[in-house]
Amino acid sequence: MSGYRLPAGGRVDRDRPLAFTFDGRRFTGFQGDTLASALIASGERLVARSFKYHRPRGVYSAGAEEPNALVQLGAGARSEPNLRATQIELHDGLVAAAVNAWPGLRFDLGAANQLVAPLLAAGFYYKTFLGPRGWWRRFYEPAIRRMAGMGRAPTLPDPDLYDHMHIHADVLVVGGGPAGLAAARAAASGGARVVLAEDGPLLGAGLVDDDATVDGVPGIAWADEVAADLAGRDTVTVLRRTTVAGLYDHGYAVAVERRTDHLPPGAAPGHARQRLWHIRARRTVLAAGAHERPLVFPGNDRPGVMLAGAVRTYLRRYGVACGRRAVVFTGDDAAYATAAALADAGVAVAAVVDPRRDAPDAAALAARGIAVLPGHAVIAADGKGGVESVLVAALDGSGDGQARRIGCDLLAVSGGWSPVVHLYSQLRGRLAYDDRLACFRPAGSVAGVTVAGAADGRFDLAACLAAGHEAGLAAAVATGFPAVAAAPRTSAQPPALPPAMLWDRPPAGRGKAFVDLQNDVTTDDVALAAREGFTAIEHLKRYTTTGMGTDQGKTANVNAIGVLSGVLGRSPGETGTTTFRPPYTPVAYGALAGRFVGELFDPERVTPIHPRHVEAEAVFENVGQWKRPRFFPHPGEDLEGAVLRECRAVREGVGAMDASTLGKIEVRGPDAAAFLDRIYINPMAGLAVGACRYGVMCREDGMVFDDGVVLRLAPDRFLVTTTTGGAARVLDWFEEWLQTEWPGLRVFCTSVTEQWATVAVAGPLARAVVGALAPEMELGAADFPFMTFRDGIVAGMAARVARISFSGELAFELNVESTAGLALWDAVLAAGRRHGIVPYGTEAMHVLRAEKGYFIVGHETDGTVTPIDLGLERMVAKRKDFLGKRSLGRSDTVRTDRKQLVALLPEDPEELLPEGAQLVDDPKAPAPVPMVGHVTSSYRSAALGRSFALALVRDGRQRIGGRVFAPAGAHVVAARIADPVLFDPGGSRRDG
Amino acid sequence: MLLISCPWCGPRDETEFHCGGEAHIARPLDPPALPDAAWAGYVFMRDNPKGWMRERWMHAQGCRRWFNLVRHTVTHEIAGAYLVGAPLPPLPDECP
Ligand SMILES: [Zn+2]
Repeated sequence: MSGYRLPAGGRVDRDRPLAFTFDGRRFTGFQGDTLASALIASGERLVARSFKYHRPRGVYSAGAEEPNALVQLGAGARSEPNLRATQIELHDGLVAAAVNAWPGLRFDLGAANQLVAPLLAAGFYYKTFLGPRGWWRRFYEPAIRRMAGMGRAPTLPDPDLYDHMHIHADVLVVGGGPAGLAAARAAASGGARVVLAEDGPLLGAGLVDDDATVDGVPGIAWADEVAADLAGRDTVTVLRRTTVAGLYDHGYAVAVERRTDHLPPGAAPGHARQRLWHIRARRTVLAAGAHERPLVFPGNDRPGVMLAGAVRTYLRRYGVACGRRAVVFTGDDAAYATAAALADAGVAVAAVVDPRRDAPDAAALAARGIAVLPGHAVIAADGKGGVESVLVAALDGSGDGQARRIGCDLLAVSGGWSPVVHLYSQLRGRLAYDDRLACFRPAGSVAGVTVAGAADGRFDLAACLAAGHEAGLAAAVATGFPAVAAAPRTSAQPPALPPAMLWDRPPAGRGKAFVDLQNDVTTDDVALAAREGFTAIEHLKRYTTTGMGTDQGKTANVNAIGVLSGVLGRSPGETGTTTFRPPYTPVAYGALAGRFVGELFDPERVTPIHPRHVEAEAVFENVGQWKRPRFFPHPGEDLEGAVLRECRAVREGVGAMDASTLGKIEVRGPDAAAFLDRIYINPMAGLAVGACRYGVMCREDGMVFDDGVVLRLAPDRFLVTTTTGGAARVLDWFEEWLQTEWPGLRVFCTSVTEQWATVAVAGPLARAVVGALAPEMELGAADFPFMTFRDGIVAGMAARVARISFSGELAFELNVESTAGLALWDAVLAAGRRHGIVPYGTEAMHVLRAEKGYFIVGHETDGTVTPIDLGLERMVAKRKDFLGKRSLGRSDTVRTDRKQLVALLPEDPEELLPEGAQLVDDPKAPAPVPMVGHVTSSYRSAALGRSFALALVRDGRQRIGGRVFAPAGAHVVAARIADPVLFDPGGSRRDG
Repeated sequence: MLLISCPWCGPRDETEFHCGGEAHIARPLDPPALPDAAWAGYVFMRDNPKGWMRERWMHAQGCRRWFNLVRHTVTHEIAGAYLVGAPLPPLPDECP
């Protein structure tokens, strides 16, 4: 037992006790507590095990900077790892556990890691666990992760709601401390729209730690008055429990508001758990405060060592004493107030140890019986579970030269303050080292941003209030509002002396002195890294992992810079800082996802015929955002069986496919023909009205970009079809050229993909099926030749019928307006029933086209394939220019040994080549084996009675008849290279 | 996230736009007449200045129009937008 609840005081409601569970044991706290304050009040010192050495750790701070007290909060689907106990508001029934103790906090096997600590020094993973090959992945890494892991991510779906909010403001104020309150008050006074974001549940809560008055009342009362004034203004949005996680260009900020985390689970049904705020502000005032820094000495991580400011916060805000007998070790004036506050609360203060020769206020404390030891330092904190005593020595070796031992269970430390410069640095704001204050402060300027108060290195209350007020007024004036409010006045006094750090003096005592508590980085690690040449701060960070924990080194970074600089004998300013990146504190994925989860994750596009596919129990695949039936399995049938059956039906009888997803663009205008001539590699201007033509388009680099059939509806009107996934891309492509390069062309493009439903009827019996539906239409090959279309009546509906075939069989594409699509599908299946019509999916379509050697954009092409590579030389127009044409004549594209499209026939006709497999000439060649190509598509064919594949093979057309090999798992598949058109090479079947 | 003023729609979030890279890359009038190197220069080579740059942007989730923007590639400051075909505005660090 060490910490305890004071009989009175604090902003907790002692009439509202709350029961909670930590690490399986039951505790009580009060409304207004954090998990950390309630644990300290309950006498818990050991709340965590450290990351690498599993050393016992206690609560270290009272805020977002907490490096030690990370917990796994909640259970089941609501479990959340690595939250800071110092920020978790207590509620009734709260359940939390330590994250880093296995199998338990008090009995921790991993503490044995301390015995092997020499193996775990900086960069250990680069050195210690190297051989034998494969052992790292199989043994070392899983073992180290288990021992050194942090909390566990929940495995169940998140049951909570998250919202995204968007708001515009004239002035965003980050931080609701004295500077932020003064800024918000000043900015709001003239009527500006102000957003004030405060991390904690209360505005100005820190003022309760201070005795000074503001505008004649206690600071906390002033804060309450300002809060009430802001709440009464329509133009002000106060966001409590809201962390600004990132600050971006042009006044954009992202903040996370925690709305229900302070309530018992289920207490606010229907409410979003968190809101992610997207804030766009014309001016931003950063008043994010400062973090107190630890001092670095052996044993500085033991439970009972805490930041002095946090000790005072626990006293004043929560009515909790963190120990019974305290030593204050400080290089900074602010901790003297902690010594006084401890004494006020009845805690014995054994000594105030100050490395500075001229300690301030020594007389005032001495009058209260507190010994002040100027020019001294704590050189070790000792004790088993936590601090039991400290060793104190004079820095200049004076006195008897002997260190003296002082018994205590609480060591309050302060190594000065580090401004919270994270957001400023995220925006590329420059930081400069301030020698006097021993900290990095914002320097230079960032457009639209003002840093005020402690975040700017102005650590005393008077300066914070003044700077906040000025920044708020200036922001209001800059956005066109009058300056109305008067500056707040305070009785607070500025600090007398600058802080002192001990970075250039290695601690004299023995044992580990921690620089980064969360990642277990010691002064020895920093010195080792420096010896091994990692003297740049970014290198030191990566090599030692200092500052790379979930706290991002909020208490560690400046000490790491200071210790490294001390080792190297240079100023911290010469060492410089690492770059801060968002988020300031970790953000739950749920908040980032917002409502865009489940069916709202991405729009799902379905065709008008989709309900029938669902009824038929089709197996769907995603093609872009479209749901397309992949195959229609009969009961007990697998993919392979269904696809063979569907393919056989199209080759021998008749099949029907929903082709509505194909992209369709109407291109219209007097210059439409000229425009399409520039887009496609083959001529389009000469296409007759009523005719269709297959076309391919390239990018300017000559690589195939998309393909499809073009129908000429009228002299000035074309219908362009695209691949299902490429429709939007192609429309963008058309628009880009029309708007930027050829604005003189009179052409309009309109997407009509969703205006049409399309059913392809394919197979030797297709004419009979369509004939039954369209008795008025002449369907014979002479009257209705291949690659033409007719408008007419099909199944009583206005329809456009095109003779287009992607299977090599006789085929009719029936197009009706989309609302009629379902009726058309039903009519086709009804008319086809007596012919045994079979619905087929994309998989069968792929097999059928591959048998014919037709490529699919994205399967056979990958942005590095020209039309020539695909065997389309004869399509390439000679007499016109088109996009990409000149590139087809570049020295690289005219090489004859480029990868070319061929078919592959495995020598074992049962063997299926894996798609994507690399092809080699000699499977026994020593590695690295030269790759000669790769498999792009691979299927079993009913029509061919064997397996086959399409592939891109270097110089493939010259190698038809030759062999290549593909590694397939453990064995090697030999295959014969063949012409890509394997089925009906003469094309006689398409006319039926 | 940038705040981009579309000349047609006004200030909008960057996420509504698509960036088309360096502006004023004119397509050669007679591609077959160009040697490989000159053609490759048009197809592949783009300036990547540290500083002010004229870029093409398209308001993809708005009016779907292309326009040009003068943007600083380091500070992301935007000096202004101008229409396709409008006279080239001087860069802020150029003498007019
Ligand atoms: Zn627009």
